[in-house]
Amino acid sequence: MTVAPLDTTTLTRRRRGPSVDRAFAWLTLGGGLVILVVLAGIAISTTQKAWPAFREEGLGFLLSDNWNPNEGEFGALAFVYGTAIVSLIALVISVPMSVGIALFVNEVAPRRIKAFTITVMDLMAAVPSVVYGLVGFAVLRPEVKGLFNSIADAVSGIPVLSTIFGESQSGMSFMLAGLILVLMVTPIITSISREVFATVPEGDKAGALALGATRYEMIRGVVVPHSFGGVVGAVMLGLGRAMGETIAVVLVIGASPQIVANLFAPGEAMPSVIARNLNESSGTYQAALIGLGVALFGLTIVVNMSARGIVSRLERRMRGAA
Amino acid sequence: MTALAPSGEQIVLDGSTISRGRKFRNFMATAAMGVAVLLAAIPLGFVLYQLVAKGAEMIRVDWFTEDIPTNVGAAALAEKFGAEPEEVIYGMAPAIVGTFLMTAMASLLAIPIGLLGAVYLNEYGKNGRLAGVIRFFTDVMTGVPSVIMGIFIYTFWVLRYGPTGRSAIAGSLALACLMLPIVVRSCEEMLRLVPDALREGSAALGSPRWRTTTTVVLPAALPGITSGCMLAIARAAGETAPLLFTIGSVTAVNFSLQGQNTALSTQIYSNATQPGGEPLAWGAALTLVVIVLVFTMAGRRVAKRFSIDAAA
Repeated sequence: MTVAPLDTTTLTRRRRGPSVDRAFAWLTLGGGLVILVVLAGIAISTTQKAWPAFREEGLGFLLSDNWNPNEGEFGALAFVYGTAIVSLIALVISVPMSVGIALFVNEVAPRRIKAFTITVMDLMAAVPSVVYGLVGFAVLRPEVKGLFNSIADAVSGIPVLSTIFGESQSGMSFMLAGLILVLMVTPIITSISREVFATVPEGDKAGALALGATRYEMIRGVVVPHSFGGVVGAVMLGLGRAMGETIAVVLVIGASPQIVANLFAPGEAMPSVIARNLNESSGTYQAALIGLGVALFGLTIVVNMSARGIVSRLERRMRGAA
Repeated sequence: MTALAPSGEQIVLDGSTISRGRKFRNFMATAAMGVAVLLAAIPLGFVLYQLVAKGAEMIRVDWFTEDIPTNVGAAALAEKFGAEPEEVIYGMAPAIVGTFLMTAMASLLAIPIGLLGAVYLNEYGKNGRLAGVIRFFTDVMTGVPSVIMGIFIYTFWVLRYGPTGRSAIAGSLALACLMLPIVVRSCEEMLRLVPDALREGSAALGSPRWRTTTTVVLPAALPGITSGCMLAIARAAGETAPLLFTIGSVTAVNFSLQGQNTALSTQIYSNATQPGGEPLAWGAALTLVVIVLVFTMAGRRVAKRFSIDAAA
């Protein structure tokens, strides 16, 4: 049997292929590099414009709570405090809720209810944050004032509790902002927790059930220890979202930079003070507001990087185990 | 159902041997999860109900054709003091136009670049070091708060071009920064779903890689890519913070990319706090949610159809 020699004359433009291919590869690489360029651009452009404020205030920018734009004093501690407290409230409520929902969807719910719950989560994530802010501002703010004050009355005289749950003047407060944030953070933590819970090997779960464990014991004994790290990552991604949320918080937190333990008192957070004032500011005041943005950018980058690190390390470990 | 223990004893396996305490804890845990779902579903239902209850009366023909009224404050004041209020024509046309204009511009910027980036990650970079770095920072950028994108374009564009800097272009740039990482990641996921057999088949026929990518891989992933892009568009359309410092404000329709503009999201924010502006805010909120949900659901529907195809 003979093999006919390959007729190479039919292979046209042989030399063009590789060069076009290389050009296309470079083009796509360019697309990928835009991400890095934009991130670097954000860091450079904002830091540059914020520099006057950093130079003037030094470390006091983040360590002093003396914020007085008219006197040229820019200590942003009260905003850092506001952001921390509001995020903390949101997480304290949202974390058990999200983990519960994620376990419910993955381990418990029958198909119909599972589909319903996933739709609820998708809708919660889809509603724009300004709409949550509007509902908080126009509907909840007048209502929660009475609720907050009756809680304050109920706990008055009890140490600690009476400091945390004090009087509310207008309903605008750390607490209301935190409650609104719960609606925005829950879908994020839930969806990532679900991904994490889905990595638990079916064999381990079936094993626990075969040994006679109830579903709750199976979840506690198999799912939770297996997924703890991943859930921590999910919570940190939720934290990143809570810290950066602007427009919903600005409508309900109350515009008063102060460091008080009373959660029913009005406050101010980092993104909300920027949103409220950047358009009407100039000079060092403007630089200080942009500087707050730089600080917020840095904070969320750190939180997100560690969260992604945790989640991806976990994924790699799971892949190794499987 | 029974089982035979090694000792020869019959064990009943219908659950009747589980102690009451264990059953109770199991029941309580299940109930707590159900309560968590309700705790999420009830506020969502409340929000949607409020939107329809308060926003629906705004949705008339005028709403889509008229300028944004500037006399709501005066009318509210007149009513308060018992005077005859001026007639207010509730319109939101400029904001609807602005939202569509800027979302479309942002998509034109972010989707092609994002798609190229995704092709690089999945077809060329793969598990290489640079691809890993880009992938990591794409994830990080997804978590950067949207207000930062607004501040970035404000420092980079608005401050540079002064009073004329605030425009639909600036707003689109800020929204594009927000969309870019979302587009990259969702497109990459979709490209990954394309079976390698297709690439190998194309390569075996003698196609260079760029041709395989553009004529085989991208068309195969198109439904998924469309779905991911629609979700990114929905996300951008609903954002307020990137637009706060970048578009200024107008009350008349501006189809141009130049000159100040407005959007539904920023109108909700400014009208909510303005005396007499609350009806405008509710109407704008309902309009915005409908737009966002249409894109979200269309995206999900395309995604669903695609996943069935992939399974078949």
